[in-house]
Amino acid sequence: MFEVVIGLEVHAQLNTKTKIFCSCPTSFGDEPNTNVCSVCLGLPGALPVLNAEAVKKAIAFGRAINACVHEKSIFNRKNYFYPDLPKGYQISQFEIPIVEGGEIILDFEDGSTKRIGVTRAHLEEDAGKNVHQGTFSQVDLNRAGTPLLEIVSEPDMRSGDEAVRYLKKLHAILRYLDISDANMQEGSFRCDVNISIRPKGDTKLYTRAEIKNINSFRFVQKAIEYEITRQTNAWEDGVYAQEVVQETRLYDVEKNETRSMRSKEDSAEYRYFPDPDLLPVVIAKEMLEEASIIPELPDAKKARFVSEFGIKNYDASVITSSVEMAHFFESMLDAGADAKMSVTWLSVELLARLKDGLSIATSPVDAQKLAMLVMRISDGTISGKAAKEVLDHLMQDAISVDNAIEKLGLKQVSDDGAILEIIDAIINANSNKVTEYKAGKEKLFGFFVGQTMKESKGTANPAKVNELLKQRLG
Amino acid sequence: MITLQEALSLPKEDILHIRRELKKKIVEQKELGAYVEQLRDLPISEYGEGIPIAIKDNIQVQNWNVTCGSKILQGYIAPYNATVIDKLLASGLAPFGRTNMDEFAMGSSTETSIYGKTCNPHNFKRVPGGSSGGSAAAVASGLAIAALGSDTGGSIRQPAAFCGCVGLKPTYGKVSRYGLGAYSSSLDQIGPITQNVQDASILYDIIAGYEPKDSTSLNALHVSTADKLDNQKKQTIAVIENYLQEASEPVRIAMENAIKALKDAGHTIIYKNLTNSKYDIATYYVIAAAEASANLSRYDGVRYGFRAEGANLKDMFVKTRSEGFGEEVKRRILLGTFVLSSGYYDAYYIKAQKARHLIKSQFEEILSIADVIFAPVTPSTAFEFGAKSDPLEMYLQDIYTISVNLAGLPAISLPIGKDINKLPIGAQFIGPAYGEQAILDAAASLEKILK
Repeated sequence: MFEVVIGLEVHAQLNTKTKIFCSCPTSFGDEPNTNVCSVCLGLPGALPVLNAEAVKKAIAFGRAINACVHEKSIFNRKNYFYPDLPKGYQISQFEIPIVEGGEIILDFEDGSTKRIGVTRAHLEEDAGKNVHQGTFSQVDLNRAGTPLLEIVSEPDMRSGDEAVRYLKKLHAILRYLDISDANMQEGSFRCDVNISIRPKGDTKLYTRAEIKNINSFRFVQKAIEYEITRQTNAWEDGVYAQEVVQETRLYDVEKNETRSMRSKEDSAEYRYFPDPDLLPVVIAKEMLEEASIIPELPDAKKARFVSEFGIKNYDASVITSSVEMAHFFESMLDAGADAKMSVTWLSVELLARLKDGLSIATSPVDAQKLAMLVMRISDGTISGKAAKEVLDHLMQDAISVDNAIEKLGLKQVSDDGAILEIIDAIINANSNKVTEYKAGKEKLFGFFVGQTMKESKGTANPAKVNELLKQRLG
Repeated sequence: MITLQEALSLPKEDILHIRRELKKKIVEQKELGAYVEQLRDLPISEYGEGIPIAIKDNIQVQNWNVTCGSKILQGYIAPYNATVIDKLLASGLAPFGRTNMDEFAMGSSTETSIYGKTCNPHNFKRVPGGSSGGSAAAVASGLAIAALGSDTGGSIRQPAAFCGCVGLKPTYGKVSRYGLGAYSSSLDQIGPITQNVQDASILYDIIAGYEPKDSTSLNALHVSTADKLDNQKKQTIAVIENYLQEASEPVRIAMENAIKALKDAGHTIIYKNLTNSKYDIATYYVIAAAEASANLSRYDGVRYGFRAEGANLKDMFVKTRSEGFGEEVKRRILLGTFVLSSGYYDAYYIKAQKARHLIKSQFEEILSIADVIFAPVTPSTAFEFGAKSDPLEMYLQDIYTISVNLAGLPAISLPIGKDINKLPIGAQFIGPAYGEQAILDAAASLEKILK
């Protein structure tokens, strides 16, 4: 039996307005080489100046994961040649990162949790992009100098599932803090996986492979699964030492496999040394205090939802799993909707209807509308069943909840006279069943309820129907 | 040649006349090779119409082909002005001509420039010193009112001494490096090369001051020096005795005469020793080469300057840098790459940082009891072209100057006499950090005594 050991390195682009060492904008998708200046182009004589906003965001992250935020940290030069790296070195942090020793807590469906250590998080500059066009390549340096927070975990994860949970939790924290767009497709949240296996019970770390730049949570899981199989097979076939070597591997989405990219022998010698163009980063007390004021994070919000609204632990983790969902939920409560019903209508009904690229953020039904729908159930205007139809309609048609109820004719009938009219008609048409019921076959009550609801096309208030049927049937 | 101080009081038409005269002379005295334009038969580079100041070829001037004397920057047009250039322009001065230099400021003779050699105006068979040899030669020969140079290990003071002019290396952080093609970021400083101490003080005041675009720039208001220049001020001057003993005879004699003159003028002379300068050399070449190896990585042929054709990316990188850099630059890149490599980093780079700290504290100790330090600039006077073909021998040119850069202190070099071949001999005053006024006053005093 084998145990899987996984550590993750995440590069999150910080959502500062300007780059980390110059004042160029960090916007995404602009014409190539338009957001560049002498600094991020690496022209002779240009010098870097640290963007304090990036430091503040890193501090907030350190606070969020219960880490040590170093009052003094150092920027180093990491030397290597690549066309998308204008200076021939990346300004990064090495010996003293800004954030060290934190933790991220994973939640499971059964309510259990697991602590994953975060070794460090450091600031660095992003490189540009190489665009390959057949026989030649072009370089776009718009991205060069965008601030990155590199977040390195301890090798604490034991499965692909745990790795994905870690990434999702980390993603949520970055979004709650609003320090990164953390968009995997746009490359503002990039993940490298370090993975090895070992016989269960063994405590030493075996040779790890590093899988680079996987751009979705699903692919992270698949790449890990592939790599576990590859390493396990190699062990069992007795070729572990030959086939599992310390190397960088690329995940091929098409073929669902990992492939060797470069082995450690040709891995670069980065020759880190302190960047003499930058002074050590010394965080002033005021800045530390200011940046330490952070919004409520998923774990705290979850605990509050459970204690304040009595909702289930796991439901609370689903609701707080993304900042958009949590804010949506809170807006529903602010609008007056019941908490438990809001959980169901948001996490089950609305989520199920968000298809074709729609998300909480782009949902045609906003928190106010969904809250109104929930309130219309609560106040007896519509039944829960009818509400689902109303929601289906609202996903297509941007009208108000009440207009939709009206349009679909789903307004619940609570008027005694109207319901009694239906009940009487049913009793008359089923006199033999009435006799059987009165003779003691109480199960038939359900039949009468069903018939009444059917006749009313579901608009009769079920509670009223129950009450009036009991009256009529004695 | 009129002085900078005089030029500053002239009307615009007189300045325009001076500019025309200078252009004529620069063409006439083409053999000197002080300017890149002289070596390449090009019209003098200009920017605006202010008082002309010659600019070392590693200081960025917008729309100029600024090349650090290297093949690898051929064709590169600077798109922006260095901070010092903007400051010149704001004071009615203007960059005028690119002065020749050792490639990437690595050298003490200006022999490694891609453009060819610059002659010493006092003897065309001899070097002008380096790396700011073009700037010093231009000022010494009357082809410039004043010039800017850069000093990483003596590159302003040593050529000033060889050519017989005044050269000031300011305290690290006093003059912004923004726009200076970097050699060694923690050592580089831009400074003036002038005809006299007064002009050095004036030009220093113009280029000094805080630059927010430079993180290593001192964030403090610049206190002007020229208006307070005092050649009567009596100071305690520490002579570095072991430097004196190591110097060649003509330098030592000139130094002793100057010391006596200073004493006679009422200054207090005390004698001190500094650690053997061979440790300075070792420390300097580890730190400077390490920083240079990274600073010069941007010259890769991808974005600007010279690019060699290659079969693939790696080939392009290798060929561009192999063909684009000269021997001395490649030697220092290799050395720097080596000392930063894993397994050697602690033994070289970290050790050099410790040594640097020690050197600094030695200066601080002396400067806690003396106002300024007095030392030779070079062990000997200007040598002949090709005389120092062994790189190590060339490195010894800097034994009296590099410790000042390692300590980040200000120092001013001024002429104190000539040897029997009529070659200038220089001496330097070294001051405490931000103590430019003290060394300028001392230099002004000595200049006056020797006149």
